[in-house]
Amino acid sequence: MRRLTRRRLLSAVPAVGLGATALHAAIPHSHGSATAAEHTAGNAGPHAEKTHAANGHAGFRGREVDHRANGFDPHLVLRDFDEGKVSRLPDGRTLREWTIAAAEQEIEVAPGVKFAAWSYNGRIPGPTLRAREGDRLRIRFVNGGRHPHTMHFHGIHPASADGVAGLGAGDIPPGGETVYEFDAAPYGLHLYHCHVRPLAEHIAKGLYGAFLIDPADARPKADEMVMVMNGFDTNFDRANEVYAANTIGFAYSERPIRVKRNELVRLYLVNVLEYDLINSFHLHGNFFDYIPTGTSKQSSEFTDTVMLCQGQRGILEMRFPYTGKYMFHAHQSEFTELGWMGFFEVID
Amino acid sequence: MEAGQATAGGARGTTGRAPAWLLGLVPLLLIIAAIGSFAALGGPGLGERRGPPAEELAVERTVLEPGRIELTVRNDGPDPVSIAQVVVNDAFVAFDGAGTPIGRLSSERLVIAQPWIEGEAYEVSLLTSSGATITHEIPVAVQTPAADAGFYGLMALLGIYVGVIPIALGMLWLPWIRRIPPAWLRALMALTVGLLGFLALDATLEGVELAGAGSQAFGGVALVFLGAAVAYLALTGVSSWLSRRRRAVGTADARTPALAMLIAVGIGLHNLGEGLAIGTAYTTGALALGAFLVVGFALHNTTEGLAIVAPIADSRPSLGRLATLGLIAGAPAVFGAWIGASAFNNSVAAFLFGAGAGAIAQVIVQLAPSLRAEGERGLQPRVVAGLLAGLALMFTTGLLVSV
Repeated sequence: MRRLTRRRLLSAVPAVGLGATALHAAIPHSHGSATAAEHTAGNAGPHAEKTHAANGHAGFRGREVDHRANGFDPHLVLRDFDEGKVSRLPDGRTLREWTIAAAEQEIEVAPGVKFAAWSYNGRIPGPTLRAREGDRLRIRFVNGGRHPHTMHFHGIHPASADGVAGLGAGDIPPGGETVYEFDAAPYGLHLYHCHVRPLAEHIAKGLYGAFLIDPADARPKADEMVMVMNGFDTNFDRANEVYAANTIGFAYSERPIRVKRNELVRLYLVNVLEYDLINSFHLHGNFFDYIPTGTSKQSSEFTDTVMLCQGQRGILEMRFPYTGKYMFHAHQSEFTELGWMGFFEVID
Repeated sequence: MEAGQATAGGARGTTGRAPAWLLGLVPLLLIIAAIGSFAALGGPGLGERRGPPAEELAVERTVLEPGRIELTVRNDGPDPVSIAQVVVNDAFVAFDGAGTPIGRLSSERLVIAQPWIEGEAYEVSLLTSSGATITHEIPVAVQTPAADAGFYGLMALLGIYVGVIPIALGMLWLPWIRRIPPAWLRALMALTVGLLGFLALDATLEGVELAGAGSQAFGGVALVFLGAAVAYLALTGVSSWLSRRRRAVGTADARTPALAMLIAVGIGLHNLGEGLAIGTAYTTGALALGAFLVVGFALHNTTEGLAIVAPIADSRPSLGRLATLGLIAGAPAVFGAWIGASAFNNSVAAFLFGAGAGAIAQVIVQLAPSLRAEGERGLQPRVVAGLLAGLALMFTTGLLVSV
């Protein structure tokens, strides 16, 4: 018997299986069966605590995360656009000014799970900076962290305002500050993020946000919202444990996003997800117009699923003809069940 | 010198105003007081800990029932562990248990809702409050058998098939052994030692492997050697007590019957471990019952019966005594199968495997003198051949079982 380790037995099973023998047949035994397992598939399982998992959807166990302690609520982040302090330059152009501070803060990324994050202005994603094409933008950046950081904007600007090491102010040391100043161009949906080595870590810990430049002639009025698709590697194995839009997994599943029937919904969607090659957005029960990078006023595709790599973004426009709850999620099922899913609740 | 000793003795007498027990007790009380106040003051001067908490959990038992997976986890790290969420195959799942932090060495049962499919593999990941993950693999999902009478009956039958019957068959060589000349008997004893040596080595390796998988807070691999030491010393004590008693009642050859008993106990401990492995393998679905397996065991374990009767070739034990020896050696396989199938614990199993190895080592030490002919130095070629044959026999019959 000596060699009878469980590991060895696993490989031995097919060979031993030829003993469909008297012993096997003579003795009553209760092997589990696939049907037995499948019968209970619809069940919530034993004494499951109140979660969405308990009503058939993926979810966390227990209460919601403490948004107040985190300092931000994904439901408020959703429709929060920061247009800065507005003034007029001598040449008549609009000047927009912001002060953005990097900080270290512990956030609850899933109920009961703490993560030592880095943030811009105390929230993840950082504030959604909104300007109009041609405006002058002046962003004062203060590094309140214990590591060097920068703000690197996507867009068209001089090298000195690029927020990378060795150019302009370069890496901003702890306690240091700088001013990034450039014109808002081109119009579209962009992003900003820290660009200090090691890059993946500085981004994955939370230093990113959406950067929106409206066209000179504004888009039609709509119910506008921002979703920054992200994830958190809580055990530092360079794979994410939790996925979400706007940081907190299942946040829009626990409390759906309310929208009005037939009203135009415009979703600014940015992917900053680190460690995974792609991310995606899929909408149930409806289709949307998709404008990649938001640099056009024409839809390039009418679809219900888009795929984005890190740094890719686009504008989604949709109207819901029916009331009810419509799920949205990454169409990588793994991301969905690890937090990146929610609902629109369409009401009259 | 003598004077000095006398003085010292006298001094001990005069200073010994306090009774001896008090002198023993005072340091003990002082030690307790010192450690107690150090702990009560929170280790003065040591400051705060550096770094995040060390979170360690060992999964001690896995039970699969339709629609659910139950894990018994034990905290074998230094700090309390809070299980915040559970992920099965990259999906958050609903679960019950571990609502509060699990303290050091405490255990907790998690009941996880998962509509698992038979034959598939599952990875259960426990996400702690610090974001760390503790991962447990279920290589093949199979329903855990209900622990009812039929199940225990099956395990008993299995234990009898692989433990009791083969050993009884092996003992049938006794009449033949009685007829063979002493030189050949020595070779047969060498064969027995070879068989036992193989068992001891194998039990040790198996125990080390189990200990590696178990909770490390209880000693890990050290448990195997602790088990070996305990069994070795216990059997040494029992054997010297037995031979002293026999000498007192005037038995002519005090050694051999006791030796047969010791071999039976050693092999019995070993078969307990064997039964554990069979029971565990059966409950985890890793063991397919079949004639091939049973035949393999029968061939393999008959040699153990031979090992028991070889040292008593020149005495005339009663049939009842032979039956007792056979049961002591074989029946533990039944108990092992029961334990393995119902309350398996890697740490306990590692200790038992170590005990088996230690018991066998003690038996080998007892048998060793009989391998050498009177007045001869070194081992006869025949004896060496016997030792090697013993190892070879165990190795080849072992191949039948491992397939």
